[in-house]
Amino acid sequence: MTALSQTLPQPGFADAVFDSQACFRAVLDALARPGEIRTMTVPLTAPAPLSPAATALALTLFDQDTPVWLDAGAGSGDVPGFLAFHCGCPLVDETERAAFALISAPGAMPPLHGFAIGEDRYPETSATLVIDVPGLTGGPAVTLSGPGIATVASAAPAGLPDRFWQQMTANRALFPLGVDVILAAGAEVLGLPRTVKVEV
Amino acid sequence: MSAAPARERPGDPAYNFAYLDEQTKRMIRRGLLKAVAIPGYQVPFASREMPLPYGWGTGGIQVTASIIGPEDRLKVIDQGADDTTNAVSIRRFFHRVTEVETTEETADATVIQTRHRIPERDLTENQILVYQVPIPEPLRQLEPREAECRKIHAWQEYGVMHVGLYEDIARWGHIARTYDYPVMVGGRYLMAPSPIPKFDNPKMTKMAALQLFGAGREKRLYAIPPHTDVKSLDFEDHPFEVQKWDETCGLCGAEDSFLDEVILDDAGGHMYVCSDSDFCRHRRDAGHRGAMAGHEAVRVLTEQVS
Repeated sequence: MTALSQTLPQPGFADAVFDSQACFRAVLDALARPGEIRTMTVPLTAPAPLSPAATALALTLFDQDTPVWLDAGAGSGDVPGFLAFHCGCPLVDETERAAFALISAPGAMPPLHGFAIGEDRYPETSATLVIDVPGLTGGPAVTLSGPGIATVASAAPAGLPDRFWQQMTANRALFPLGVDVILAAGAEVLGLPRTVKVEV
Repeated sequence: MSAAPARERPGDPAYNFAYLDEQTKRMIRRGLLKAVAIPGYQVPFASREMPLPYGWGTGGIQVTASIIGPEDRLKVIDQGADDTTNAVSIRRFFHRVTEVETTEETADATVIQTRHRIPERDLTENQILVYQVPIPEPLRQLEPREAECRKIHAWQEYGVMHVGLYEDIARWGHIARTYDYPVMVGGRYLMAPSPIPKFDNPKMTKMAALQLFGAGREKRLYAIPPHTDVKSLDFEDHPFEVQKWDETCGLCGAEDSFLDEVILDDAGGHMYVCSDSDFCRHRRDAGHRGAMAGHEAVRVLTEQVS
Protein backbone atom coordinates (compact mmCIF):
# COMPACT_ATOMS: atom_id res chain seq x y z
CA MET A 1 0.00 0.00 0.00
CA THR A 2 2.87 2.36 0.74
CA ALA A 3 4.31 1.93 -2.73
CA LEU A 4 0.92 2.51 -4.30
CA SER A 5 0.16 5.67 -2.36
CA GLN A 6 3.54 7.10 -3.31
CA THR A 7 2.64 6.85 -6.97
CA LEU A 8 -0.76 8.49 -6.56
CA PRO A 9 -0.84 12.06 -7.79
CA GLN A 10 -1.49 14.86 -5.33
CA PRO A 11 -5.14 15.80 -5.09
CA GLY A 12 -6.26 18.64 -7.35
CA PHE A 13 -8.98 21.16 -6.60
CA ALA A 14 -11.30 20.18 -3.76
CA ASP A 15 -14.12 21.48 -5.96
CA ALA A 16 -13.20 21.72 -9.63
CA VAL A 17 -16.16 23.91 -10.56
CA PHE A 18 -15.87 26.66 -7.96
CA ASP A 19 -12.12 26.58 -7.40
CA SER A 20 -11.36 26.91 -11.10
CA GLN A 21 -13.87 29.76 -11.38
CA ALA A 22 -12.23 31.64 -8.49
CA CYS A 23 -8.75 31.08 -9.92
CA PHE A 24 -9.86 32.14 -13.39
CA ARG A 25 -11.26 35.42 -12.10
CA ALA A 26 -7.97 36.06 -10.30
CA VAL A 27 -5.87 35.48 -13.41
CA LEU A 28 -8.33 37.34 -15.68
CA ASP A 29 -8.05 40.34 -13.38
CA ALA A 30 -4.28 39.97 -13.17
CA LEU A 31 -3.89 40.02 -16.95
CA ALA A 32 -6.42 42.85 -17.31
CA ARG A 33 -4.48 44.96 -14.78
CA PRO A 34 -0.78 44.31 -15.35
CA GLY A 35 1.36 44.78 -12.28
CA GLU A 36 -1.45 44.22 -9.77
CA ILE A 37 -1.03 41.15 -7.60
CA ARG A 38 -3.99 38.80 -7.26
CA THR A 39 -4.34 35.89 -4.86
CA MET A 40 -5.63 32.41 -5.65
CA THR A 41 -7.65 31.83 -2.52
CA VAL A 42 -8.22 28.09 -2.91
CA PRO A 43 -6.51 25.48 -0.73
CA LEU A 44 -4.18 23.30 -2.76
CA THR A 45 -1.21 21.04 -2.26
CA ALA A 46 1.17 21.72 -5.11
CA PRO A 47 3.42 19.04 -6.61
CA ALA A 48 7.09 20.05 -6.18
CA PRO A 49 8.55 22.29 -7.48
CA LEU A 50 5.44 24.19 -8.59
CA SER A 51 3.88 26.96 -6.53
CA PRO A 52 0.23 26.61 -5.49
CA ALA A 53 -0.62 29.47 -7.86
CA ALA A 54 1.06 27.85 -10.88
CA THR A 55 -0.62 24.56 -9.99
CA ALA A 56 -4.00 26.28 -9.72
CA LEU A 57 -3.47 27.89 -13.14
CA ALA A 58 -2.72 24.47 -14.62
CA LEU A 59 -5.87 22.99 -13.10
CA THR A 60 -7.91 25.98 -14.29
CA LEU A 61 -6.68 26.27 -17.87
CA PHE A 62 -5.00 23.07 -19.10
CA ASP A 63 -6.73 20.17 -20.81
CA GLN A 64 -6.46 17.90 -23.84
CA ASP A 65 -6.49 20.90 -26.16
CA THR A 66 -3.43 22.61 -24.67
CA PRO A 67 0.08 21.28 -25.38
CA VAL A 68 2.23 22.11 -22.37
CA TRP A 69 6.01 22.57 -22.14
CA LEU A 70 7.74 21.96 -18.81
CA ASP A 71 11.21 23.19 -17.90
CA ALA A 72 13.69 20.75 -16.40
CA GLY A 73 12.54 21.39 -12.84
CA ALA A 74 8.84 21.12 -13.58
CA GLY A 75 9.42 18.17 -15.91
CA SER A 76 10.91 16.04 -13.18
CA GLY A 77 9.29 14.68 -10.07
CA ASP A 78 5.57 14.64 -9.58
CA VAL A 79 4.46 17.35 -12.02
CA PRO A 80 4.08 15.33 -15.26
CA GLY A 81 2.03 12.67 -13.48
CA PHE A 82 -0.05 15.34 -11.77
CA LEU A 83 -0.83 17.07 -15.07
CA ALA A 84 -1.54 13.79 -16.84
CA PHE A 85 -4.00 12.75 -14.16
CA HIS A 86 -5.80 16.04 -13.52
CA CYS A 87 -5.55 17.90 -16.84
CA GLY A 88 -4.89 15.27 -19.51
CA CYS A 89 -2.78 17.80 -21.36
CA PRO A 90 -0.18 16.60 -23.87
CA LEU A 91 3.41 17.43 -22.89
CA VAL A 92 5.68 18.66 -25.68
CA ASP A 93 9.46 18.91 -25.91
CA GLU A 94 9.58 21.76 -28.44
CA THR A 95 8.95 25.18 -26.92
CA GLU A 96 7.37 26.52 -30.11
CA ARG A 97 4.59 23.90 -30.00
CA ALA A 98 3.40 24.77 -26.50
CA ALA A 99 0.18 26.64 -25.75
CA PHE A 100 1.34 26.92 -22.15
CA ALA A 101 4.72 26.64 -20.46
CA LEU A 102 5.37 25.95 -16.80
CA ILE A 103 8.73 27.37 -15.76
CA SER A 104 10.06 26.64 -12.31
CA ALA A 105 13.59 28.06 -12.74
CA PRO A 106 13.35 31.50 -14.41
CA GLY A 107 17.13 31.96 -14.25
CA ALA A 108 17.55 29.12 -16.73
CA MET A 109 14.48 29.67 -18.88
CA PRO A 110 14.68 29.65 -22.67
CA PRO A 111 14.26 33.03 -24.42
CA LEU A 112 10.69 34.29 -24.78
CA HIS A 113 10.99 34.32 -28.56
CA GLY A 114 11.58 30.56 -28.46
CA PHE A 115 7.88 30.12 -27.74
CA ALA A 116 5.01 30.55 -30.19
CA ILE A 117 4.28 34.23 -30.80
CA GLY A 118 1.17 33.61 -32.91
CA GLU A 119 0.75 34.60 -36.53
CA ASP A 120 -0.47 37.88 -37.95
CA ARG A 121 -3.96 36.65 -38.78
CA TYR A 122 -4.23 34.55 -35.62
CA PRO A 123 -2.27 36.33 -32.88
CA GLU A 124 -4.12 34.38 -30.19
CA THR A 125 -2.21 31.21 -31.11
CA SER A 126 0.75 32.42 -29.07
CA ALA A 127 2.01 30.77 -25.90
CA THR A 128 1.15 31.73 -22.34
CA LEU A 129 4.11 31.31 -19.97
CA VAL A 130 3.53 30.60 -16.30
CA ILE A 131 6.75 31.44 -14.49
CA ASP A 132 7.34 30.62 -10.83
CA VAL A 133 9.46 33.26 -9.13
CA PRO A 134 10.67 33.41 -5.50
CA GLY A 135 8.40 36.39 -4.81
CA LEU A 136 6.26 38.98 -6.59
CA THR A 137 7.81 41.75 -4.51
CA GLY A 138 11.30 42.50 -3.26
CA GLY A 139 13.08 42.31 -6.60
CA PRO A 140 14.36 45.13 -8.77
CA ALA A 141 11.54 47.54 -9.56
CA VAL A 142 10.28 48.07 -13.10
CA THR A 143 7.71 50.56 -14.37
CA LEU A 144 4.80 49.24 -16.42
CA SER A 145 2.37 51.05 -18.72
CA GLY A 146 -0.14 50.12 -21.41
CA PRO A 147 -3.71 48.78 -21.59
CA GLY A 148 -5.07 47.90 -18.15
CA ILE A 149 -2.94 50.54 -16.41
CA ALA A 150 -4.39 54.00 -15.72
CA THR A 151 -1.06 55.84 -15.81
CA VAL A 152 1.89 53.76 -14.72
CA ALA A 153 2.25 50.77 -12.42
CA SER A 154 5.30 49.37 -10.75
CA ALA A 155 6.25 45.79 -10.13
CA ALA A 156 9.25 44.24 -8.43
CA PRO A 157 9.18 40.49 -8.88
CA ALA A 158 12.22 38.69 -7.55
CA GLY A 159 14.36 36.06 -9.24
CA LEU A 160 14.04 37.10 -12.88
CA PRO A 161 17.23 37.46 -14.93
CA ASP A 162 17.97 40.89 -16.42
CA ARG A 163 17.54 39.51 -19.91
CA PHE A 164 13.90 38.72 -19.11
CA TRP A 165 12.96 42.42 -19.16
CA GLN A 166 14.94 42.99 -22.35
CA GLN A 167 13.03 40.12 -23.91
CA MET A 168 9.71 41.55 -22.68
CA THR A 169 10.56 44.81 -24.43
CA ALA A 170 11.35 42.93 -27.63
CA ASN A 171 8.12 40.96 -27.11
CA ARG A 172 6.15 44.22 -26.89
CA ALA A 173 7.63 45.33 -30.20
CA LEU A 174 6.06 42.28 -31.85
CA PHE A 175 2.52 43.36 -30.92
CA PRO A 176 -0.09 42.17 -31.80
CA LEU A 177 2.05 39.03 -31.79
CA GLY A 178 3.98 37.93 -28.74
CA VAL A 179 3.80 35.68 -25.69
CA ASP A 180 1.81 36.47 -22.55
CA VAL A 181 3.41 35.94 -19.16
CA ILE A 182 1.90 35.15 -15.78
CA LEU A 183 4.30 35.32 -12.83
CA ALA A 184 3.43 33.13 -9.87
CA ALA A 185 4.73 32.93 -6.31
CA GLY A 186 3.03 31.15 -3.44
CA ALA A 187 -0.67 31.69 -3.98
CA GLU A 188 -0.21 34.97 -5.87
CA VAL A 189 -0.10 35.88 -9.55
CA LEU A 190 0.94 38.95 -11.55
CA GLY A 191 0.05 39.34 -15.22
CA LEU A 192 2.37 40.62 -17.94
CA PRO A 193 0.38 40.49 -21.18
CA ARG A 194 2.12 41.23 -24.48
CA THR A 195 0.73 44.77 -24.41
CA VAL A 196 2.75 45.83 -21.39
CA LYS A 197 5.52 48.38 -21.85
CA VAL A 198 8.39 47.88 -19.43
CA GLU A 199 10.90 50.44 -18.22
CA VAL A 200 13.68 48.97 -16.13
CA MET B 1 -6.67 10.72 0.53
CA SER B 2 -9.50 12.27 2.48
CA ALA B 3 -12.29 13.64 0.38
CA ALA B 4 -13.20 17.23 1.07
CA PRO B 5 -16.83 17.67 2.08
CA ALA B 6 -18.85 18.43 -1.01
CA ARG B 7 -19.91 22.04 -1.16
CA GLU B 8 -23.57 22.83 -1.22
CA ARG B 9 -24.10 23.27 -4.91
CA PRO B 10 -26.19 26.26 -5.89
CA GLY B 11 -28.36 26.20 -8.97
CA ASP B 12 -30.62 23.67 -10.64
CA PRO B 13 -29.07 20.27 -9.87
CA ALA B 14 -29.93 19.07 -13.38
CA TYR B 15 -27.21 21.33 -14.77
CA ASN B 16 -23.59 22.10 -14.06
CA PHE B 17 -23.11 25.41 -12.26
CA ALA B 18 -23.77 28.19 -14.82
CA TYR B 19 -25.06 25.62 -17.37
CA LEU B 20 -21.87 25.14 -19.41
CA ASP B 21 -19.70 22.07 -18.85
CA GLU B 22 -16.24 22.63 -17.41
CA GLN B 23 -14.36 21.87 -20.61
CA THR B 24 -16.39 24.51 -22.45
CA LYS B 25 -15.72 27.03 -19.71
CA ARG B 26 -11.98 26.32 -19.92
CA MET B 27 -12.03 26.85 -23.68
CA ILE B 28 -13.88 30.17 -23.31
CA ARG B 29 -11.69 31.23 -20.40
CA ARG B 30 -8.52 30.65 -22.42
CA GLY B 31 -10.07 32.68 -25.24
CA LEU B 32 -10.93 35.52 -22.86
CA LEU B 33 -7.36 35.68 -21.54
CA LYS B 34 -6.05 36.03 -25.10
CA ALA B 35 -8.77 38.58 -25.87
CA VAL B 36 -7.60 40.69 -22.92
CA ALA B 37 -3.98 40.38 -24.08
CA ILE B 38 -4.89 41.56 -27.62
CA PRO B 39 -7.37 44.41 -27.03
CA GLY B 40 -10.00 44.68 -29.76
CA TYR B 41 -8.96 41.53 -31.62
CA GLN B 42 -11.69 38.95 -32.25
CA VAL B 43 -10.68 35.58 -30.83
CA PRO B 44 -12.50 32.65 -32.48
CA PHE B 45 -14.14 30.23 -30.05
CA ALA B 46 -16.23 27.07 -30.24
CA SER B 47 -19.58 28.66 -29.43
CA ARG B 48 -22.08 26.20 -27.99
CA GLU B 49 -25.76 25.65 -28.56
CA MET B 50 -27.57 27.45 -25.79
CA PRO B 51 -31.15 26.97 -24.63
CA LEU B 52 -32.26 30.03 -26.59
CA PRO B 53 -31.74 30.99 -30.22
CA TYR B 54 -28.75 32.78 -31.66
CA GLY B 55 -29.52 36.47 -31.64
CA TRP B 56 -30.86 36.38 -28.11
CA GLY B 57 -27.54 36.94 -26.42
CA THR B 58 -25.94 33.50 -26.58
CA GLY B 59 -22.44 34.99 -26.87
CA GLY B 60 -22.87 37.22 -23.86
CA ILE B 61 -24.45 34.37 -21.93
CA GLN B 62 -21.51 32.07 -22.63
CA VAL B 63 -19.07 34.75 -21.48
CA THR B 64 -21.07 35.42 -18.33
CA ALA B 65 -21.41 31.69 -17.64
CA SER B 66 -17.64 31.28 -17.90
CA ILE B 67 -16.76 34.07 -15.50
CA ILE B 68 -19.59 34.05 -12.95
CA GLY B 69 -19.20 32.64 -9.46
CA PRO B 70 -21.35 32.30 -6.35
CA GLU B 71 -20.01 35.59 -4.95
CA ASP B 72 -21.11 37.64 -7.95
CA ARG B 73 -24.11 39.92 -8.21
CA LEU B 74 -25.52 39.94 -11.72
CA LYS B 75 -27.35 42.72 -13.52
CA VAL B 76 -28.79 42.17 -17.00
CA ILE B 77 -29.99 45.00 -19.21
CA ASP B 78 -31.56 45.12 -22.64
CA GLN B 79 -31.64 48.58 -24.28
CA GLY B 80 -30.68 49.97 -20.87
CA ALA B 81 -33.63 48.51 -19.02
CA ASP B 82 -33.72 45.67 -16.51
CA ASP B 83 -37.36 44.85 -17.16
CA THR B 84 -37.34 44.12 -20.89
CA THR B 85 -37.94 40.64 -22.27
CA ASN B 86 -34.38 39.66 -23.10
CA ALA B 87 -33.01 40.98 -19.80
CA VAL B 88 -35.68 39.26 -17.73
CA SER B 89 -35.25 35.89 -19.42
CA ILE B 90 -31.44 35.96 -19.17
CA ARG B 91 -31.57 37.04 -15.53
CA ARG B 92 -33.99 34.20 -14.76
CA PHE B 93 -31.78 31.75 -16.64
CA PHE B 94 -28.75 32.65 -14.54
CA HIS B 95 -30.76 32.64 -11.36
CA ARG B 96 -31.89 29.11 -12.18
CA VAL B 97 -28.47 27.71 -13.08
CA THR B 98 -26.33 29.60 -10.55
CA GLU B 99 -28.63 31.04 -7.86
CA VAL B 100 -26.37 34.09 -7.81
CA GLU B 101 -27.87 37.24 -6.44
CA THR B 102 -29.33 39.42 -9.17
CA THR B 103 -29.76 43.15 -8.93
CA GLU B 104 -31.07 46.10 -10.88
CA GLU B 105 -28.70 48.46 -9.08
CA THR B 106 -25.86 49.31 -11.42
CA ALA B 107 -23.59 50.21 -8.50
CA ASP B 108 -24.16 46.89 -6.71
CA ALA B 109 -23.51 44.56 -9.65
CA THR B 110 -20.16 42.82 -10.12
CA VAL B 111 -21.09 41.48 -13.55
CA ILE B 112 -23.36 43.42 -15.90
CA GLN B 113 -24.52 41.71 -19.07
CA THR B 114 -25.83 44.17 -21.61
CA ARG B 115 -27.57 44.33 -24.93
CA HIS B 116 -27.25 47.64 -26.77
CA ARG B 117 -26.38 50.05 -23.93
CA ILE B 118 -23.69 51.06 -21.47
CA PRO B 119 -25.14 52.20 -18.13
CA GLU B 120 -25.14 55.97 -17.56
CA ARG B 121 -23.44 55.63 -14.19
CA ASP B 122 -19.65 55.28 -14.34
CA LEU B 123 -18.57 51.69 -13.86
CA THR B 124 -15.83 50.78 -11.39
CA GLU B 125 -12.76 48.59 -11.35
CA ASN B 126 -14.72 45.95 -9.41
CA GLN B 127 -17.15 45.41 -12.27
CA ILE B 128 -17.10 43.50 -15.55
CA LEU B 129 -19.31 44.59 -18.44
CA VAL B 130 -20.33 41.75 -20.79
CA TYR B 131 -21.72 42.77 -24.17
CA GLN B 132 -24.00 40.67 -26.35
CA VAL B 133 -22.76 41.07 -29.91
CA PRO B 134 -24.71 40.14 -33.06
CA ILE B 135 -22.04 41.04 -35.67
CA PRO B 136 -18.53 41.32 -34.24
CA GLU B 137 -16.85 42.14 -37.55
CA PRO B 138 -16.86 45.92 -38.12
CA LEU B 139 -15.88 45.40 -41.76
CA ARG B 140 -18.65 42.91 -42.56
CA GLN B 141 -20.85 45.38 -44.49
CA LEU B 142 -17.86 46.43 -46.59
CA GLU B 143 -16.07 43.10 -47.04
CA PRO B 144 -18.18 39.96 -46.73
CA ARG B 145 -15.25 37.55 -47.01
CA GLU B 146 -13.99 36.41 -43.60
CA ALA B 147 -10.52 35.62 -44.93
CA GLU B 148 -10.17 39.13 -46.36
CA CYS B 149 -11.39 40.79 -43.16
CA ARG B 150 -8.80 38.80 -41.25
CA LYS B 151 -6.02 40.09 -43.52
CA ILE B 152 -7.27 43.66 -43.18
CA HIS B 153 -7.05 43.36 -39.40
CA ALA B 154 -3.68 41.59 -39.55
CA TRP B 155 -2.11 44.30 -41.65
CA GLN B 156 -4.11 47.18 -40.19
CA GLU B 157 -5.28 48.25 -43.63
CA TYR B 158 -8.41 50.03 -42.49
CA GLY B 159 -8.69 52.46 -45.39
CA VAL B 160 -11.88 50.74 -46.56
CA MET B 161 -13.61 51.68 -43.30
CA HIS B 162 -12.69 55.33 -43.72
CA VAL B 163 -13.96 55.22 -47.28
CA GLY B 164 -17.22 53.79 -45.98
CA LEU B 165 -17.59 56.68 -43.52
CA TYR B 166 -16.55 59.18 -46.17
CA GLU B 167 -19.29 57.92 -48.47
CA ASP B 168 -21.76 58.86 -45.73
CA ILE B 169 -20.38 62.38 -45.71
CA ALA B 170 -20.51 62.59 -49.50
CA ARG B 171 -24.12 61.44 -49.54
CA TRP B 172 -25.63 63.05 -46.44
CA GLY B 173 -23.10 65.61 -45.31
CA HIS B 174 -22.34 63.78 -42.09
CA ILE B 175 -21.44 60.30 -40.84
CA ALA B 176 -24.87 58.72 -40.70
CA ARG B 177 -24.13 55.81 -38.38
CA THR B 178 -25.96 56.17 -35.09
CA TYR B 179 -25.21 52.81 -33.51
CA ASP B 180 -22.47 50.15 -33.76
CA TYR B 181 -20.20 53.07 -34.63
CA PRO B 182 -16.70 51.66 -35.31
CA VAL B 183 -13.87 52.33 -32.87
CA MET B 184 -10.11 51.84 -32.77
CA VAL B 185 -8.92 50.03 -29.67
CA GLY B 186 -5.49 50.81 -28.29
CA GLY B 187 -4.59 52.42 -31.60
CA ARG B 188 -4.38 49.02 -33.27
CA TYR B 189 -7.58 47.07 -33.88
CA LEU B 190 -10.75 48.28 -35.52
CA MET B 191 -13.63 47.01 -33.40
CA ALA B 192 -17.42 46.86 -33.49
CA PRO B 193 -18.69 48.18 -30.14
CA SER B 194 -21.87 46.08 -30.64
CA PRO B 195 -25.12 47.93 -31.45
CA ILE B 196 -24.80 50.45 -28.62
CA PRO B 197 -25.82 53.97 -29.65
CA LYS B 198 -22.83 56.10 -30.56
CA PHE B 199 -23.91 58.16 -27.53
CA ASP B 200 -22.24 55.42 -25.46
CA ASN B 201 -18.96 55.23 -27.39
CA PRO B 202 -17.16 57.84 -25.26
CA LYS B 203 -17.86 55.73 -22.16
CA MET B 204 -15.73 52.89 -23.54
CA THR B 205 -12.45 54.75 -23.47
CA LYS B 206 -10.38 54.44 -20.31
CA MET B 207 -13.30 52.73 -18.55
CA ALA B 208 -12.30 51.44 -15.11
CA ALA B 209 -14.22 48.21 -15.65
CA LEU B 210 -13.10 45.30 -17.82
CA GLN B 211 -15.22 45.04 -21.00
CA LEU B 212 -15.83 41.60 -22.53
CA PHE B 213 -17.71 40.88 -25.76
CA GLY B 214 -19.33 37.63 -26.87
CA ALA B 215 -20.83 36.83 -30.28
CA GLY B 216 -22.50 33.40 -30.15
CA ARG B 217 -23.60 32.88 -33.74
CA GLU B 218 -20.41 34.41 -35.15
CA LYS B 219 -18.27 32.55 -32.60
CA ARG B 220 -16.03 35.41 -31.53
CA LEU B 221 -14.80 36.81 -28.21
CA TYR B 222 -13.10 40.14 -27.71
CA ALA B 223 -12.18 42.46 -24.90
CA ILE B 224 -11.12 45.94 -23.85
CA PRO B 225 -8.92 45.95 -20.74
CA PRO B 226 -9.52 48.72 -18.19
CA HIS B 227 -8.02 52.17 -18.89
CA THR B 228 -7.56 51.43 -22.60
CA ASP B 229 -7.84 54.04 -25.32
CA VAL B 230 -10.94 53.58 -27.48
CA LYS B 231 -11.40 56.12 -30.25
CA SER B 232 -14.46 56.52 -32.45
CA LEU B 233 -13.40 56.90 -36.07
CA ASP B 234 -13.82 60.35 -37.56
CA PHE B 235 -12.21 62.96 -39.79
CA GLU B 236 -10.52 66.21 -38.79
CA ASP B 237 -13.23 68.24 -40.52
CA HIS B 238 -16.01 65.88 -39.39
CA PRO B 239 -15.24 65.16 -35.74
CA PHE B 240 -17.15 62.46 -33.91
CA GLU B 241 -20.27 63.70 -32.16
CA VAL B 242 -22.91 61.99 -30.05
CA GLN B 243 -26.68 62.30 -30.28
CA LYS B 244 -28.39 65.21 -28.55
CA TRP B 245 -32.06 65.75 -27.74
CA ASP B 246 -34.15 68.86 -27.46
CA GLU B 247 -36.35 66.97 -25.03
CA THR B 248 -35.59 65.86 -21.48
CA CYS B 249 -36.68 62.66 -19.72
CA GLY B 250 -40.41 62.91 -19.02
CA LEU B 251 -40.06 60.99 -15.77
CA CYS B 252 -36.88 62.36 -14.15
CA GLY B 253 -36.05 65.42 -16.24
CA ALA B 254 -32.54 64.21 -17.08
CA GLU B 255 -30.89 66.30 -19.77
CA ASP B 256 -27.75 64.22 -20.23
CA SER B 257 -28.95 60.62 -20.59
CA PHE B 258 -29.84 58.54 -23.63
CA LEU B 259 -33.57 58.88 -24.28
CA ASP B 260 -36.09 56.45 -25.75
CA GLU B 261 -39.31 57.65 -27.32
CA VAL B 262 -42.42 56.09 -25.80
CA ILE B 263 -45.77 56.14 -27.61
CA LEU B 264 -48.57 56.86 -25.14
CA ASP B 265 -51.75 56.56 -27.16
CA ASP B 266 -53.17 56.28 -30.67
CA ALA B 267 -53.49 60.05 -31.02
CA GLY B 268 -49.82 60.84 -31.46
CA GLY B 269 -49.10 61.29 -27.76
CA HIS B 270 -45.52 60.46 -26.92
CA MET B 271 -42.80 61.23 -24.46
CA TYR B 272 -39.08 60.62 -23.98
CA VAL B 273 -37.71 58.61 -21.07
CA CYS B 274 -34.24 57.53 -19.97
CA SER B 275 -33.24 54.30 -21.62
CA ASP B 276 -31.27 53.40 -18.45
CA SER B 277 -34.09 52.44 -16.08
CA ASP B 278 -31.85 52.21 -12.99
CA PHE B 279 -30.37 55.66 -13.65
CA CYS B 280 -33.86 57.13 -14.07
CA ARG B 281 -35.19 55.49 -10.90
CA HIS B 282 -32.29 56.84 -8.85
CA ARG B 283 -32.93 60.33 -10.15
CA ARG B 284 -36.66 60.08 -9.32
CA ASP B 285 -35.83 58.75 -5.86
CA ALA B 286 -33.57 61.76 -5.39
CA GLY B 287 -36.51 64.04 -6.10
CA HIS B 288 -35.93 64.89 -9.75
CA ARG B 289 -39.21 65.28 -11.62
CA GLY B 290 -39.83 65.33 -15.35
CA ALA B 291 -42.71 67.00 -17.14
CA MET B 292 -44.76 63.78 -17.21
CA ALA B 293 -44.02 62.61 -13.65
CA GLY B 294 -47.15 61.54 -11.84
CA HIS B 295 -49.22 61.54 -15.03
CA GLU B 296 -51.66 58.64 -15.18
CA ALA B 297 -50.36 57.61 -18.61
CA VAL B 298 -46.88 56.89 -17.27
CA ARG B 299 -47.84 55.06 -14.08
CA VAL B 300 -47.03 51.70 -15.66
CA LEU B 301 -43.52 52.92 -16.58
CA THR B 302 -42.55 53.71 -13.01
CA GLU B 303 -43.96 50.66 -11.28
CA GLN B 304 -41.33 48.28 -9.96
CA VAL B 305 -41.01 45.09 -11.92
CA SER B 306 -39.61 42.16 -10.04
